[in-house]
Amino acid sequence: MRRTWKLSETDLEALAIGAAILGAGGGGNPYLGKLRARALLRQGYEIRILPFDALEDSDIAVSVGGIGSPVVGIEKIEKGDECYRAVRALEAYTGYRATALIPAEVGGSNSVEALIASAYADLPVVDADGMGRAFPEVQMCSYFIYGVRPYPAALADEKGNTVILNKVPDMYWLEKLARTVAVDMGAAAGFALPLMSAEEVRRTAIPHTLTQALGLGRAALEARSRREDPIARLLEVAKGVLLFIGKVVDVQRRVEMGFARGQVRVEGFEVFRGSTLVIDIQNENLIACRDGEVVATVPDLITVLQLETAEPITTETLRYGFRVAIVGIPAHPRLKTPQAIEVVGPRAFGYDLGYRPLEGEV
Amino acid sequence: MIRVGIDVGGTNTDAVLMDGKQLLHWVKTPTTADVTGGVLKALELVLSESGFVPEKVGAVMIGTTHFTNAIVQRRGLVPTAVIRLGLPATQSLPPMVDWPEDLRTTLGEHIYLVHGGLEFDGRPISPLNPSELRRVAEDIRAKDVHNIAISAVFSPIKPEIEAEAARIVCEVIPDAKITLSSEIGRIGLIERENAAILNASLQDLGRSIVRAFSQALRDAGIHAPFYLTQNDGTLMNAGFAEKFPVLTIASGPTNSMRGAAFLSGIKEAIVVDVGGTTTDVGALHQGFPRQASIAVELGGVRTNFRMPDVFSLGLGGGSIVERDPLKIGPQSVGFRLTEESLVFGGNTLTATDIAVAAGMAKVGDAWRVKDLDSMFVEAAVEKIQLMLDEAVDRMLLSPEPVPVIVVGGGTILVRNKVGNLPTIKPNNYPVANAVGAAIAQISGEVDRVYALANTPREKALEEARSEAKQRAVGAGADPCTVEIVEIEDVPLAYLPGNATRIRVKAVGDLRHA
Repeated sequence: MRRTWKLSETDLEALAIGAAILGAGGGGNPYLGKLRARALLRQGYEIRILPFDALEDSDIAVSVGGIGSPVVGIEKIEKGDECYRAVRALEAYTGYRATALIPAEVGGSNSVEALIASAYADLPVVDADGMGRAFPEVQMCSYFIYGVRPYPAALADEKGNTVILNKVPDMYWLEKLARTVAVDMGAAAGFALPLMSAEEVRRTAIPHTLTQALGLGRAALEARSRREDPIARLLEVAKGVLLFIGKVVDVQRRVEMGFARGQVRVEGFEVFRGSTLVIDIQNENLIACRDGEVVATVPDLITVLQLETAEPITTETLRYGFRVAIVGIPAHPRLKTPQAIEVVGPRAFGYDLGYRPLEGEV
Repeated sequence: MIRVGIDVGGTNTDAVLMDGKQLLHWVKTPTTADVTGGVLKALELVLSESGFVPEKVGAVMIGTTHFTNAIVQRRGLVPTAVIRLGLPATQSLPPMVDWPEDLRTTLGEHIYLVHGGLEFDGRPISPLNPSELRRVAEDIRAKDVHNIAISAVFSPIKPEIEAEAARIVCEVIPDAKITLSSEIGRIGLIERENAAILNASLQDLGRSIVRAFSQALRDAGIHAPFYLTQNDGTLMNAGFAEKFPVLTIASGPTNSMRGAAFLSGIKEAIVVDVGGTTTDVGALHQGFPRQASIAVELGGVRTNFRMPDVFSLGLGGGSIVERDPLKIGPQSVGFRLTEESLVFGGNTLTATDIAVAAGMAKVGDAWRVKDLDSMFVEAAVEKIQLMLDEAVDRMLLSPEPVPVIVVGGGTILVRNKVGNLPTIKPNNYPVANAVGAAIAQISGEVDRVYALANTPREKALEEARSEAKQRAVGAGADPCTVEIVEIEDVPLAYLPGNATRIRVKAVGDLRHA
């Protein structure tokens, strides 16, 4: 018997909060995903987590996630087995059989997709992912950054279509073609790739991110129920940095090249009284500047939390008047090598700015 | 035109009589257990005291909490079926999946998923299947269920698809009472569908309440049309209210904010409504309450109603004051204020006693609180001030100073400026709520996803504006007074063709009959 553990309904609650925190403002709200996973558990399905160090050399892991638009996700809810069928299509095409699944992206609603697929497939989910947070595009996956082949890939929709991308020259083409297919499928599809050996997972994945999300969510829930300061608890658990406390005084949004870009201005109070913090947004929170000085940059996580409850606030729901704490959580070292920074650092998002380590990071 | 505005609250039923923009008279009467009694009493009083004959009344506007209470207390809800068009999508979360168990049971679990529904760009997910719908309708008829909610994926961008399904269901169940989700909510399938289900289950209560109001008016000799107020501060006529009772939810705070705007003549402000137990703080923008953007739960059900963004704190005239350490509220003596507070000869120290002792108010017998330590009274007054300051600061939109309007029965607790902002206590402040009902306007709204690659942004906005205006006029607004009060466009990430969600609201004055 493999060394796995079973995810409970209570774990799901915590995981959804933690995943939203790791979403760094993006990735969509995990609420509906949590409900879907909960419905499966209540029907008797099991979700099992495989600890990162319990991977065996013979394991074959398939990474899965949804691809599409978060707004479509709140209207056209999944049939349920889209990701699962994408996995099966990839298996059929390659002739390999997966022994485990792994989330493409732990941040936001995608965290739950791998769990749901795993329940259908009766396979464990590796405690790791390809982003350690949320990112807008497929090439920003650590697997590809560290040389895992970005093909073949499978997409599946609710209508019975499955599409295989047999070969692409690089991960940027993968993003482009997969996005086009997903839009034709109705801007929501299950997406499975890459199919990896245990060695590849160990070498390229961001480890322990499911348990990290779980830990963050539990900390927030516990602090709330004990009426302790949830922000302080989260900072402790996440080894994060308090960047700012204040009130949102301006939110600007626009669309550029299919991305929701914008800026949020927060005016400080308590120890930050008199200061202003500005966050640059492209789906996720990417750069934080306090009084003109850069204090955090992508790939480190910049998360906006509701001040009283530490409830994470996604970029699309941010608005005037919110009282917030802004925390920086250091990204995993695998996202901060020169190789990774080229793909997920500020310049990859069009900023004329190099990566700066998080202010006051320990 | 003479209008009567009525606010049916938990404790009091207030009525105001207005001639155009002029407030002529107001009364407060106790709310009664039966619907008709308190309303009739208030109507008779306000007319007799002001000397108007019932025939002079041109319209009656009523704000009520009946339907909110029905949902929260699970009273008067009838079994309801729900049909969702979206297969093969959406199966993972069938309707009512996240509802509290007792409410699911109350409504019965008559849940049906059928083909139909749209993609984000208007393409069908799957074609509507009339024979499938007929089979579902036959099943519902066999269960003797007549209240039905119909939802479809992306129906806000093309409401016809739900209407077509309703037509087929009606062929099988001619007396079906159907609510379409697109008539009620906006993008967000689960929340919109939830609102439609609640509305369908309130149909029978809606009919009886509306008829009870109608009876009260007739008994008072008034034959003018009457309206119910909605949560967005606008009106619906009796026929519409009977069909959409769920839209009255949260109309209370909306009415008091609208009333505050009217009484003070200020359209951009923070409104502080101090009651007996709680204080509601909201923000006015262009004379309307700012809307909450997060999902609002109602009786444990997630909805995406147009709810005012209100911060409530447990502070009111009846708040109980504890001495050591100093604590004010959230416990309150409530409607027993005139028996239990010190100034009325009772034994409980309340916020009202503090106000009297500090010389801020003259109610009850001031001598009963003359022995209170003045240092303590001052500390309590400061504490109240601090609570109000914080609540106001929380609702501020921007660093620019805006005025604060204070209304409601507990206004005596407010001594100075609130939040260090210019603070106004308008005339007739105790009945801001009923005034808000009396002056309510008619609205129309559009919430739709546009592909700006195919339609230029300006054209899409123009289309949305004119449709919102048409909807307002269709609902009874005077075309000459209709104006756009809200435009919001939110780009949808990751979608090509610059997909943008545009929301426009138009309002106008009630058309004279």
